[in-house]
Amino acid sequence: MTLSRETVINLVLALALLIVPVVASQMGQPFTVTLATRIAVLALAATGLNIALGLGGLVSFGHAAFFGIGGYAAGILASHVFSGEPMPFGFEGSNQMPVIWIFAVMACGLAGLAIGAISLRTSGVYFIMITLAFAQMIYYFAVSWPAYGGEDGLSILVRNQFPGINTMLPLSFFLLSYGVLIVCIGLFALLRNARFGTALQAARQNEVRVASVGISPYGIRLTAFVLSAMMTGLAGALYADLNKFVSPSMLSWHMSGELIVLIILGGTGRLFGPVAGAMLYVIFEFALGGITERWQFFLGLILLGVVLFARGGLIGLLAGKARHG
Amino acid sequence: MVDRPILELTDLVKTFGALRATDGVTLDLRAGEIHALIGPNGAGKSTLIHQICGTQQQDSGTIRFAGRDIGRMGVSERARLGLGRTFQVSSLAPEFSALRNVMLAVQAKGGSSFRFFRPVMRDRALIDQGMAMLERVGLAQRANIPAAELSHGERRQLEIAIALALGSKAFLLDEPMAGMGPEGSKRLTGFLDGLRHEAPILLVEHDMDAVFALADRISVLVYGRIIATGTVEDIRRDPAVRAAYLGDHA
Repeated sequence: MTLSRETVINLVLALALLIVPVVASQMGQPFTVTLATRIAVLALAATGLNIALGLGGLVSFGHAAFFGIGGYAAGILASHVFSGEPMPFGFEGSNQMPVIWIFAVMACGLAGLAIGAISLRTSGVYFIMITLAFAQMIYYFAVSWPAYGGEDGLSILVRNQFPGINTMLPLSFFLLSYGVLIVCIGLFALLRNARFGTALQAARQNEVRVASVGISPYGIRLTAFVLSAMMTGLAGALYADLNKFVSPSMLSWHMSGELIVLIILGGTGRLFGPVAGAMLYVIFEFALGGITERWQFFLGLILLGVVLFARGGLIGLLAGKARHG
Repeated sequence: MVDRPILELTDLVKTFGALRATDGVTLDLRAGEIHALIGPNGAGKSTLIHQICGTQQQDSGTIRFAGRDIGRMGVSERARLGLGRTFQVSSLAPEFSALRNVMLAVQAKGGSSFRFFRPVMRDRALIDQGMAMLERVGLAQRANIPAAELSHGERRQLEIAIALALGSKAFLLDEPMAGMGPEGSKRLTGFLDGLRHEAPILLVEHDMDAVFALADRISVLVYGRIIATGTVEDIRRDPAVRAAYLGDHA
């Protein structure tokens, strides 16, 4: 069996993201490992958004809400372990990542269900605006809630733990994040090719067609939105642990925009679009950010180029048009 | 006892401001028949179709389908009851192949779309049923072509394959011949002729040769009202119809 061009490119990207930090770690360059971890975590967040945006065509401008809720789940649970103050229901908090991830994913699932149930009654520009509004509500709530640092944010004094792995070592934490990313990309691939993905993508292409075969687009989209929120929330928890800090900026509309930019740069709806986009974005941020504070101006030019001349993003440019079964 | 018609519209009214687009339409579709709905442009045929499918709500009147009042149901609910339709302008998932378009209908009919893991392109049952439908409409060779790249006529065939895959109890075909060449029209006419035994067809069509060749009954819609219903011969002879619509054609 021959591999398609896109599959080859995906393998190259996956291997590059794995090998570069491993080599860098051997050469004693932990900062490169941190950059790679940042790429992996942002790619994970964008892969989550890619379910809603790429497959479902749902342009959520509020995914920072889920990214931030995931981050705060990590920060809040860890802070209670550190302070010794019990949480409601006598729960002691946790500094174990598996526990934190479950909380983050559940919280984002519930938030996604509530936000999605209301937002998906609209479409187009209204959908964009209403998701933005929900995310901003949560942002301002976090800013004005003094219990967990308010505007100043919340530090995670010691990075949370994962059984059998020393998360304090940059390479170990990278490998953990990378593993989660690959598993989630695998889930995305399964979802996309399954019956659910068929209905979701068909609803993006032609809502009337989906309704006419007897499938209600609303239920399909709401499920996609919830799954999307959960995955982005998981990335938020990892992001908080990467920076050992969580603040309202994770919830702000800049973050929502950044996630959309990652997907457009890499290729909307493409399996490795978020990875390619996150690589471009972080490398740009690092390389240009060293030269000028206004690196986002140049990022804007690139984004303009992609939107005008390479609608399929980086993956589309390299692998050609998306092929469906 | 005679079977009750599968589809019954009673005193249907739909107004847009001062315009009565549907003005007290009563119409039925019986088992095994092709009932053609004809009328000049602007007569309200599309509005009527929209109300039957559920994309527009009637102001008053009832729509019964397969023994149930469907007048307040949504589009997808009506489709699940077995109302299969094709569109005046083809409506497909353009990026999907012809086969995956049909498979969407097969999966909708044969159970839940909330299955998250098994790849559809390795689901033999889905593929086989999809291919069988494509074969019936003569599109099997084009199964892997994206719908967007199919010819106009092929898209029409694909829509019919989708309606077939839904196991519809009635077909609502909105100008299936539109834009087809003479050869294609002839082939489709032959196909529809056999299809009526599977489920009755409400056929909206401008191609009078096809209508006269196929229809068991014809209803003529003018300014939102049915001015005549009858066999091909009745309609050909009806003076009001000749004046309003057929002109010198008959």
